[in-house]
Parts: sequence; structure tokens; C-alpha cells
Amino acid sequence: MSLRSTVRALPTLFRIGFAEMVAYRAEMLVWVLATTMPLIMLALWSAVAHDAPVGRFDQEDFVAYFLATFIVRQLTGAWVAWQLSFEVRTGTLAMRLLRPLHPMVSYAVENLSAIPLRLIVALPVAVLALILTGVSRLPRDPVLWVIFLLSLLGGWLITFLANAGIGTLALWTGSSVKLMDVWLALFMVFSGYLIPVELFPPLIRGTIEVLPFRYQIGFPVELLTRGLDRGAALRLLLGQWIWVGLFTLGVRALWRRGLQRFAAYGG
Amino acid sequence: MAQTMVSVQALRKHYTVHKRPPGLKAALGSLFRRVPTVVKAVDGISFEIGRGERVGFLGPNGAGKTTTLKVLAGLLHPSSGEVRVDGHVPQRREDAFLKKVTLVMGQKQQLLWDLPPSETFALNRAIYEVPEPEFQRTMADLTELLELGDLVNKPTRTLSLGERMKCELAAALIHRPQVLFLDEPTIGLDVSMQVVIRDFIKEYNERTGATLILTSHYMDDVAALCPRVVVIDRGLLSYDGALDELVRRIRPEKRLVLRLDGPVDRAALEAVGRVVSTDAAGVVLQVAQDAVNPAVSRALATLPVHDLTVENAPLEEVMSELFAQSRAARGEVEDAA
Repeated sequence: MSLRSTVRALPTLFRIGFAEMVAYRAEMLVWVLATTMPLIMLALWSAVAHDAPVGRFDQEDFVAYFLATFIVRQLTGAWVAWQLSFEVRTGTLAMRLLRPLHPMVSYAVENLSAIPLRLIVALPVAVLALILTGVSRLPRDPVLWVIFLLSLLGGWLITFLANAGIGTLALWTGSSVKLMDVWLALFMVFSGYLIPVELFPPLIRGTIEVLPFRYQIGFPVELLTRGLDRGAALRLLLGQWIWVGLFTLGVRALWRRGLQRFAAYGG
Repeated sequence: MAQTMVSVQALRKHYTVHKRPPGLKAALGSLFRRVPTVVKAVDGISFEIGRGERVGFLGPNGAGKTTTLKVLAGLLHPSSGEVRVDGHVPQRREDAFLKKVTLVMGQKQQLLWDLPPSETFALNRAIYEVPEPEFQRTMADLTELLELGDLVNKPTRTLSLGERMKCELAAALIHRPQVLFLDEPTIGLDVSMQVVIRDFIKEYNERTGATLILTSHYMDDVAALCPRVVVIDRGLLSYDGALDELVRRIRPEKRLVLRLDGPVDRAALEAVGRVVSTDAAGVVLQVAQDAVNPAVSRALATLPVHDLTVENAPLEEVMSELFAQSRAARGEVEDAA
């Protein structure tokens, strides 16, 4: 399907994707509850910072950081690795391959269709964050807000593409869910989801800064809470989008080779 | 043959699978050493199908029918050989190809489970870029032919198997495909629903001139829909030609099916033909093709005949005989089980 045709089909795809999400609302609620880890970390780190700041973080900084983390996580979530792995194993990927729409586009739309429902959870948290920590941390430069929006898109793309790449590996291994668990474990530690990247020792931090995980969560959160200047923000944005490009090329290559191995089991 | 729509030359599809015997020892052993085995799902078959033809793929389970169908639909990449569908190489999955074909699998569904079928129809309309007026016309036709009525507005999960299959067919035909690949479309359906689906498929073929390739274990589907059959057994082509000819070749004898008004001695029946079966419903006798007329005359003269029909041997028997012959020709020993 050409880009133009795909764009024309998008309103219908999103409408139906959203209708499916509403149909699975109980599952969605469970998923949202499963992503409350930042709120637990908020309580934990606030307790740690009760007597003295940790690095540059006092209690209020931790509240702002982890509430922002919760919001960014809601808006950058993807689960295509599990979908793909399941559909490869059961052969149901065949139904997507029969349509003149790239399966990755249909997965992307399905994943993005969840965002309106997640906003229902994320927006009250955003209001709560503003009440608790004020607006002083938020960037005042409109360019930084544009960079923030681009960083959200970049964060989502890295999450989606990493999922898609790992899911595609199921075409070789039969199932790649455990591999996704390994990725998630690394993500939890190195993305800034549980521990702000700034709090790592310099040596480890240097490594984290070249890995993709930080660009999934930490970078957009830092844009909201750390007071980055334009130069630093643009440098990080460039780093993030280099990863987006690398993941795109990687997934594209994996997909092309992997499809040759698709066995369309069942039926 | 009409203009070629499907061309398959020396198609092979081989898989490597890892086999291991049951048990803990074998499971542990497979962690360190796996034994690869090549499965020849399709092993060098060739055939051509003309535009508008209705062709049945027949064969036992694991024969390679569905694999062939999936290669034709672009889902599987062939190990070797050349496949073309209306000039397209299926595994390239070009948009123009995907818009010309559809694959309906009786054991898989494209309908969105928690939404009404109408939502899947709308989704397909957008994906296949069907203009709204054409979509409305197609939906009106499909609703009439399949008697969809209000079904399209109920959540898919609440539909019966037969209702769901009717909606599956509708979803698969919204873009008016020129080639229909149907893999067991009536599986699990009751007899009356099988007839509905069969009639619809035939009607669609006649109305649109679409090419139809069908696999089914229900011989009634094949007999009703497919003048031509391609028989595949263990990845090899056993037969390609007219269904009638296959029956004549494998089981040239005819069956006299008699309903009698009273009991008759077996000897009197055997005087007419070989007794295949006798039960309360009637008697089935087998006679040579050139002996049908005298046998009918003798039956009418000597037996209390209430009703008499002349039939071919059941297709199931014909197929079973064909597979046995093919395997014998390949020197394989038939598994007694």
C-alpha cells in the first residue's frame, strides 16, 4: 500500500483500533495498573531523599520525575513483540499478510489506538504533578516543547521498533517472548524508569547514554523536569533519532529475511 | 483452457523440523542436540489453472494441499520452482496481487472478535481502497446472497460457526477478488449450512467469473463445485483432470441403489450384481459400466423395486483407492492401521 493510500486509510484504522481498545477496556485497565511502578519508585526514592537530597534530587524532584515517568510511559507503550510472537507461533500472522497493508502499519495503529484511553489515566496524573510540584520545572522555551513532542514520538518509535524486531525473531525461534523479557529487564534498569540516569555512577552512566533505553523514557522525562537547554536537548534528540533510524533499518532487514521462514502453521 | 490465471511449475516446499521422541531423556537430550528432518510438504508439482475455472485440491491430511494454497496466496516462499498468479509472483506480495486474491481458511478468521463484522468490512473497505458506492453495492449483493441480515451488527464472538463463516466470506470478498483460495470453507458446519456456503461460492464464481481453488475433506463440496480436481498425495501430484474422468478411471463400475418393497434372497440380488451393502434403507449393488442396462432390466423384472437409481461410486471410495494405487506404484507399504 502506498504512503498516500495508507494515510487515507488511517482514520478508519484508528477508529476501529480505538473501538477494539474500548472492547478490551478491562485488559487495558490491568495494563495501566501494571505500569504503576514509577509511583512505587516515587514513594521509595522520596523516602530515601527525606533527610538529604540524592544527587540533585530532593523529594519534590523525585515526585516530579516519577510522575513525568508515569505519563511518558503511558504515551510510549507498545506490545507488538507479544502480538507478533503469538501470531507467528499460531500462524494467524497470515491474516495480516493477506491484506495490502504492511503488518507493521497495522500493529502500529493498534498500539497507538490505546493512547486516548491511556490519556484518561495520564491526564489526571499530569494535573496532580502540577499541583504537587508547580510549573517551575517545566520548560518555558517553546522550542523545548516541540523537542519534547518529538522525543515522545521518538521514544514510542524506539519502543515499538524494539518490540517489532524482537517479535520478528519469532520467525526463527518460534517464540521470542523470553527475549522480550530480557529487553524489558534492561529497559527497567537503564531507561530511567526505576532510577534516574543521572544517579548512576559516571562509568555506568557513560554506557547508558549510548544505549537506546534512555531515549525511550529518560530523555523525554528529563526534558520536562531537568531544565535542559536547547543545545543539550537537540543533541539528545539527534541521538534518539539515530537510534530510531538504526532500529528501522534493523527491523526492515529482519522482517524481509524472516518472512521467508514464515510457516503459516495451522489451518 | 481459458487464459491462464495460475501457473505452477516444479513447485517444492520443504521444511526442516526437529524431531524428538517423547520422554524426559529425549527432552533433555534435545537441549544439546537436535535432529533435523526435512519434510517435503510439496515435492515438485506442476499445473495450470485457467481464468474462471473451479478446481478442487484433494488429498489426505498432510498431503500438501494447504501448503500449495498458501504458496499461491503469497504466504509461503517456495523452496524452488516457479509460481505465477495472474502474472504476479505471489511471495512478493505486491499490492496489485493482494487486491486480486483472497484466502478463506475455515480454521482461521479475519473478523475482529469483539466487534461486529460490519467493522471488519469497514476496515477492509479502507485497506483495499474500495470506493464507497462500490462498497455499498458489494455489501448489498453479499447480504442478499449470504442472507446476512442483522448478523453484521452483532459482535463476532456471539455468532454461531455458520454465521461467522458467512461473514468471513463476505469480509474476504469486499474487494471483489479475481482469485478465491478456499481452504476447508465448510469445516465444522452442519449440512444445511454447507449447502448455503457451497451455493454461494458457485453463484459468486458464475456472477463474477472469478477463479476458484478449493480444498475440502467434504467430497460433496468438491463434487458440487469443482469440475476439475488436482489430487496431491505426499507432496506429489497423483491426478489432474476432470472429476468424472477420475471416477471412471479409478472405479469404472456403477452402483445400483435400490429401495425394495419387501425382503429378497441374497441370491436374487447377486444375480443382478455384486452386493455392496444391504440395510433397512435399501440395497446397493455394483455392476460393470457396460452391464448397467441389462442389470437394471433384470432388477426391475425379478425384484420388488420401489425405487432405483444408478450412481457412481462415492468419491471417498474413489479417493481412497487412488491414494492406495499411488502408494503401491511408489512401492510404499500401506499402513494397516
